[in-house]
Order: sequence, then C-alpha cells, then structure tokens
Amino acid sequence: MTVPTYQQPTERGYYGQFGGAFIPEMLYPNVEELRQQYLTILADPAFQQEYQQLLRDYVGRPTPLFEAKRLSARYNTRVFLKREDLCHTGAHKVNNTVGQILLARRLGKTRIIAETGAGQHGVATATVCALMGMECIVYMGEVDMERQKPNVYRMRLLGAEVRPASSGSKTLKDATNEAIRDWISNPVDTHYIIGSVVGPHPYPDLVARLQAVISEEMRKQLLEQTGSELPQYVVACVGGGSNAAGAFYHFLEDPEVQLVAVEAAGHGVHSGHSAATSVLGKPGIIHGSRTLLMQDEDGQITEPYSLSAGLDYPGIGPLHAFLADSKRARFISVTDDDALKAVVECSRLEGIIPALETAHALAVLDQLGAGPDDVVVVNLSGRGDKDLETYIQQDLM
Amino acid sequence: MNRIQNAFQQDKKLLNIYFTAGYPQLESTVPILKALAEAGADLIEIGMPFSDPLADGPVIQASSTVALHNGMNMRVLFGQLQGVREQVPDTPILLMGYLNPVMQFGVENFCREAAGAGVDGVILPDLPLDDYVAEYQDIFRSHNLRPVFLITPQTAPERIRRIDELTDSFLYLVSGPGTTGGANTQAKGVQEAYFERIEAMNLRNPRLVGFGISDKQSFEQACQHAEGAIIGSALIRALEGAEDAPAAAAAFVSSIVQ
Repeated sequence: MTVPTYQQPTERGYYGQFGGAFIPEMLYPNVEELRQQYLTILADPAFQQEYQQLLRDYVGRPTPLFEAKRLSARYNTRVFLKREDLCHTGAHKVNNTVGQILLARRLGKTRIIAETGAGQHGVATATVCALMGMECIVYMGEVDMERQKPNVYRMRLLGAEVRPASSGSKTLKDATNEAIRDWISNPVDTHYIIGSVVGPHPYPDLVARLQAVISEEMRKQLLEQTGSELPQYVVACVGGGSNAAGAFYHFLEDPEVQLVAVEAAGHGVHSGHSAATSVLGKPGIIHGSRTLLMQDEDGQITEPYSLSAGLDYPGIGPLHAFLADSKRARFISVTDDDALKAVVECSRLEGIIPALETAHALAVLDQLGAGPDDVVVVNLSGRGDKDLETYIQQDLM
Repeated sequence: MNRIQNAFQQDKKLLNIYFTAGYPQLESTVPILKALAEAGADLIEIGMPFSDPLADGPVIQASSTVALHNGMNMRVLFGQLQGVREQVPDTPILLMGYLNPVMQFGVENFCREAAGAGVDGVILPDLPLDDYVAEYQDIFRSHNLRPVFLITPQTAPERIRRIDELTDSFLYLVSGPGTTGGANTQAKGVQEAYFERIEAMNLRNPRLVGFGISDKQSFEQACQHAEGAIIGSALIRALEGAEDAPAAAAAFVSSIVQ
C-alpha cells in the first residue's frame, strides 16, 4: 500500500476522503481495465518516446515561461506567464488528449468520445483523432454550443461529430452525463477521453499526470530565469481543474510554494449564480467521484453559473477538493466582471488576449500579498480567440 | 424467508415493474404502487429521482426531472410510504436510485426509514461493491434490507460469483450495452449466449432481466433464460399524459401478464 501524498492517490483513487470510483456496473470493466493498465502504459519507454515526441513536434512544447514586465510593474511583484495558450489548438487541453489517444490505441480502442464545455477539450480531442485517424464524437451542452460557436465549427472541420446535450442545464455537466451514457452503450470499442481531473479513478490521476508536464517545465525554466526552481506563488483557474493540476503537480510536495486556485464567482459567490464550488459545495458524488459538489439539501446537483463555459462545473476534481480541505491550496473566487477587466488588462499590458477562464487567474494578482521580489507564476491556460464573440457582446472597450 | 424470496417461490415468470416516485404528480406514488400490485406486478421498484441519473435513458431522466419539479425528495417519499403495507401487503418493494441523495439523507436514516415503511430491497447502481461491503452491509443487514446488484455482459465470472454471495434477493441482469429504455440492438445469438452463460453458473440467486424490455413479446423472450424480467421506461411512457395514471399503470401490467 502506497502512502497517499498530494501527487499520488491511494490504490482505490482517494485523495484524503475524496475520489474513488462510483460507477454503475456497466462501466466497471472499462474503468477497471484502465485502472489496471494506465500506470504500466504511461511508464512504458515506447509510450513515453511517442508522447514526448508529439508534445515537442506537434503540440509545440516546451511552452515559454514569459516574464510579464508591465504586469509585474503594475502589481509590484515578479509575474511570469506560463504560455499554455501557445500550445497547438490554443490551450493546455491538448497535453492530455495526446497522451490519452496513445493510451486508447494501446488498449485496442477504435472509437473516441469526449465531453466539452468551452470547446477547448473537444477541439483538442478532435485534433488528435484526426491525427490518428480515429472516429470522434464530442458531447457539448446546447447552451455551450451557442456561446462557443467557433469551436463547434473547428471540431466539425476536424472531422468530429458534435452531439448536443439537451438535458439539465445544457452545459458541461450534462455533456459529461451524455458522454458517460455513450460509454455505457459502447463498452467494447470506445475510449472516453475525459478532459479534466474529474470522473472515476483513475481519470483524475491519469489527467493530472498528463498535464504535469506544465509544472515540470516551469521548474526548469524558473531555475534558468530566476536561479530557483521554486516560485513563491503558482496561480491557476479551476473549473474541473486540469490546468491547475498540471501547474501545481510538481510543486505539490513543496510546502513553501503557495498554490492559488481561482474559481468562477459568476455574479458573486452568494448571488445564486456562481460556480465557486470550494465555497458552496459539500462532499457528494458527481460523475463517479466523491468530491466537493454544489448540491441542494436533498443531494440533487445544482446548476452552476459562470460567463465562461469552461468553469461552470458544479464539482471540482478530487485532488482539488483535497487541496481545499487540507488548505494546501488557497482558493479565491473571481466574478465575471473582474475576469473581464483582467482580459483587457492583460491584452493592453502584455499584448496577450487570454481566454475568459484564464482571465480569472489573472484577476487575483492584487490579492496574493506578493512582495516585489516574489515570483508569481500564472498559468496562462488558453488564448482568447474562442471568446471574441463574448468579448464583443460585453463591450470591453 | 423475506418477501423477495417468497415471490420467487411462485411457479411462474415474475414481472418486476419500475416507476418513478412523484411522477406524473407528486401524490401519484402510492396510488400507482397499489394499482401495479393489484394488476399483477410481482415485484415493484420505486425510483428515487435524481438530477443526474447516469444509467438511465431519456424516458426515466425526463420522469425524474418532472418528479423533482413536483417536489419529490427522500423525506416526502418516506412520508408517502407510511402505512403502505396496509395497502400492499405482500408484493416486494424495492427502492432504486443513485447514491448521492442517499448519502446526503444519511445511510442509517435511509435504511431505518425504508425498513420502517416495509421496503424489502435497495438498488443503487453507482454504489461500488467494495464500498457496500466496507460501509453499508452491516447497516443494510441490521434493517433487513437486501441489496440488488447489476450484472452486464462484460461482468467477469468471479465478480458475478462475488455479487451472488452478497445478497439474498435476485440478480439484475442488464440485457445488453446501453442505458434504460434503449432499443435492444444486439444480435439475438449474442444475448442468448450471455444469458446461457449466466444460467450455467448455477448461482444461488434467481435472475431478472432488465433494460430494453417493453412489451409482452420482449418480456416473454427475456424470461426464457431467467425467472422474470423488469420493465421501467415503457411503463413511464404509458403514464405520460394519462388522465388516470393508476388506471394506465394497471392497464400496462395487464397487457404483459394476461
């Protein structure tokens, strides 16, 4: 029995009291097969060679770590941006899909399904399916299809079928339900590429490991640029939590590094229109995982809200629930309005238009308490192209 | 011997009917339960509606949404079931639903209320076997509640044996890949081979086949390799828009058993 750490869940997938695999029997054989094989496959040198080569030549890694001098001057601290927005497809999501498609091939699967919220994970999945010549079906909430039209078109252009999820709030939670139902109906030939550190064990650990390349590179780049591998702060936005898991991963066991997870407060944490799960959630089960969950007193899952389609998930990954519960990470929530201000600020000061999700992380720079010599790394998880229609509607200028 | 085991003493194929509590109206639960029993349902599963029913198809999802909108919850359901055994004395009653609402209600509270109402068994598809054994089994047993577990065509033989050891009720054989209420698209030979494989294992518990059974013909076909079958979505469809829901429920059961 391994000793659970922040990085490594128990054999049954628990981080503290969070995690596990609460799935109907129809999913058990698939999830169990994945559980038994994922560590072996990830550790296989042939897999690693193929994965690393694709990360370098296809995704464009390592992504730069950029010292943002004008933001630094503005906040009187040293701000570094980890440029995941420069990944192929425009966000960190592709780190995971490249790894999982290679895994799916080794499991003998021929059909890929995925859920998507903002569409970034859907695009990243459709992309690797095109690359590998595999069938791809992406479930997306009807509401999200409307607010992220360019990504819907991208997925279709890449050859994927986009199926609308029309139940519940018609957003990410419901797209995930539909993807799981598809997997139940297609248990033999299909692999489900989950896009975040959510779902039944081993998905949270699998996705965290595939995103961990972000913090692995950060350490090397920080050593070169600042003389120390360790910053004082690492900041990332959290919906399900995949970019935060990747940005935190190699700092989890370094307690001197303050980890800051930024959730979407929507119209305000207690406005009734929010997705601030660490504040509003209590332990419960969603999509096969025991985690912090926004729910009513009867255990019905409630509808989250955020202007950003990538953050309106009523749960958070079990790793993040544990980081919140154990206070290893500090959780801050940011409203739609403050995130939009951060979009403008980053665009004007650094010439980088961030995704609306990412802008939540940029919006807390004045709340960290960072001093002039402190190093703050913000994971710039995605670029803002997909959000232009929202930015135009919100009349940011 | 419990009510579930008693039911299986009958020399016939058993019809197990699922319906959603609080659908179509909040107060429909007990009148439908009574109508189903009187019309000849041999076992009855009462669905506890959940906002995110992963194993269910669109029909049961929609009925759950309506039921929740009507105000159904665990407290209301147990209130409705008070004294139900005076109206439905012998038919086994099972509660079926998802783990989260049960967890939030409290497992101990849930089992005490269920047993107090005369419930015989509980089906929670997303409750893992290991968690059942570690955290739930003692509580279930102390309240004389039987768990029912699902088996699918992909369930490994040793796991089927383990499931068979964990209950004294019946085994829920999922007919093929898919959620509830889906069309049965499998090749007939594939399904037969699966049923025959399970039959040949000589398990302790009787078997009921569920998922995709919708009428007399599919019921009789499913019963060829099992002690009976389970119908849910087709019954819900029969209730949809019915002026007299209990009468529609009774008519549906009659269409299967007569």
